[in-house]
Amino acid sequence: MKQMRDKCAIAGIGQTEYLVNSGRDSFSLALEAITNAVEDAGINVKDIDGILKYSVDSSSSVEMIAANLGLPNVTYWGETFFGGGSGCSAVTQAVMAVASGMANCVVVYRSFTPYDFMQGAVHNSTTLWARASGSGDFLRPFGWTAMMDVFSMMTQRHMHEYGTTNAQLGAIAVAARKHAAMNPNAIRRDPLTLEDYYDSPFTTEPLRELDSAISPCDGAAAVIVTSAERARDLKQTPAYIRACAQVLGIPKTTLWWEQLPFKFDFPETQSAYVAPRLFEMADMTPQDIDVAQIYDCYTYTLLTQLEDYGFCKKGEGGAFVENGRIELGGELPVNTHGGHLSEAYIHGFNHIVEGVRQVRGTSTAQVQDAETVLVTGGVPAPTAALILRK
Amino acid sequence: MSEYKKPIPKVNEMTKGHWDGCKNHELRIQRCSCCETYCHPPQPMCAKCNSTAMEWHPVEGKGTVYSYIICRNTSVGEFPARGFTYPYATVMIELDGVEGVRIASNLVDCELEDIKIGMPVSVVFEKINDDITLPKFRPL
Repeated sequence: MKQMRDKCAIAGIGQTEYLVNSGRDSFSLALEAITNAVEDAGINVKDIDGILKYSVDSSSSVEMIAANLGLPNVTYWGETFFGGGSGCSAVTQAVMAVASGMANCVVVYRSFTPYDFMQGAVHNSTTLWARASGSGDFLRPFGWTAMMDVFSMMTQRHMHEYGTTNAQLGAIAVAARKHAAMNPNAIRRDPLTLEDYYDSPFTTEPLRELDSAISPCDGAAAVIVTSAERARDLKQTPAYIRACAQVLGIPKTTLWWEQLPFKFDFPETQSAYVAPRLFEMADMTPQDIDVAQIYDCYTYTLLTQLEDYGFCKKGEGGAFVENGRIELGGELPVNTHGGHLSEAYIHGFNHIVEGVRQVRGTSTAQVQDAETVLVTGGVPAPTAALILRK
Repeated sequence: MSEYKKPIPKVNEMTKGHWDGCKNHELRIQRCSCCETYCHPPQPMCAKCNSTAMEWHPVEGKGTVYSYIICRNTSVGEFPARGFTYPYATVMIELDGVEGVRIASNLVDCELEDIKIGMPVSVVFEKINDDITLPKFRPL
């Protein structure tokens, strides 16, 4: 994979407003985010010759995107499933397309509305297979119904094995809110203290309401991937894609949502398998990362990835997030936009956009002299990550 | 039985062996007849040796609580659990002698505060209707 190192860059970023119950449809949100990314990059929309959609959802097909943008010559297209693990995977496909010459200028996007997501989540091939196979019937009769249940089960076990505490999870929520308070696009900007966090009711204990992503919310985000040479000639400071890696399917964990609960295990989330590929491609170590945008559908998801990406040892994620270490000014600022917990839940694509802002120096919670940014997708799921650099 | 409001499993070709076992008060887990690797939930192919000769193997039904959650309220952005009264606990049981297999269930005769990871449990069977009996677990 080293031959793709620094060959491509993100030259444009775009997003919509992030809203709750806006009534907007995901297709118009997608078009808005894409046209904003095109304008940001300073390219002509007709220059786009590749489209990559990141889902799961039920609308905004790549054909309809091309038809509405009036693209004359799309030579590469695709879709990566497994939202929220695969946002960085969609960008990885774009890198492969540009590096191989299949396309020169690829737009990658995620558009999210709760209705659209639910439709897609119910009707995608993996879910349909899981339903046909009866896997879900080994969960739902026992009251295991929500996504949060999977993460709470893992959190409980993590607490048991490593002594992780609610206060440590709370520190993650507090850090996210501090960053969101500086970000006018964030949905949740009110100050949040650890005491406020403790007042948040348990939904699925040991996780509370404030351990959870903002859901439902509506919004879209898009990036333009092109060659490093071309990006240098464009309007913005390029965010070079130093490395990209993805993994699907490893021992002990599993591939589809309905099976996840049965086989989760420590320390093996897929991130632990992405990390060595990613850092090898980058020729870097975790210590070289200045700021990280880590998938946080729940506080726990972020905590376990700090371990899996090697910022601390397995089991030490709880201690790592204490004392402001992941806040602006700390050793490793994480989710400087506020993340899913406080900015918006766009399946990790808002994390990619924020990663680019840090490289450009335009974040609302800018890390001084940031040169390298890690961006990750969710686990447990087929997942991916990027290292962006100035 | 018509007052039972919780989700009831739909039996299909892949899962029939498990639910038939429960009906007869026998906990059965799918196993590869070639390499004897257990698999749960069931699937058509053994992920270890790729054989499709999968069979149903009776197990003792003893194990330990691997992890658990206490559902106290509807999750953010989701629907309430159908038919369940909050709070309730869902547990993940690691079965003895069945490597790598955990099954989801509920505990009977156990207060929420008394649930502990590692506590030993044994299967009991709860008849829902003439077709479906659910495996539940009781602390030993």
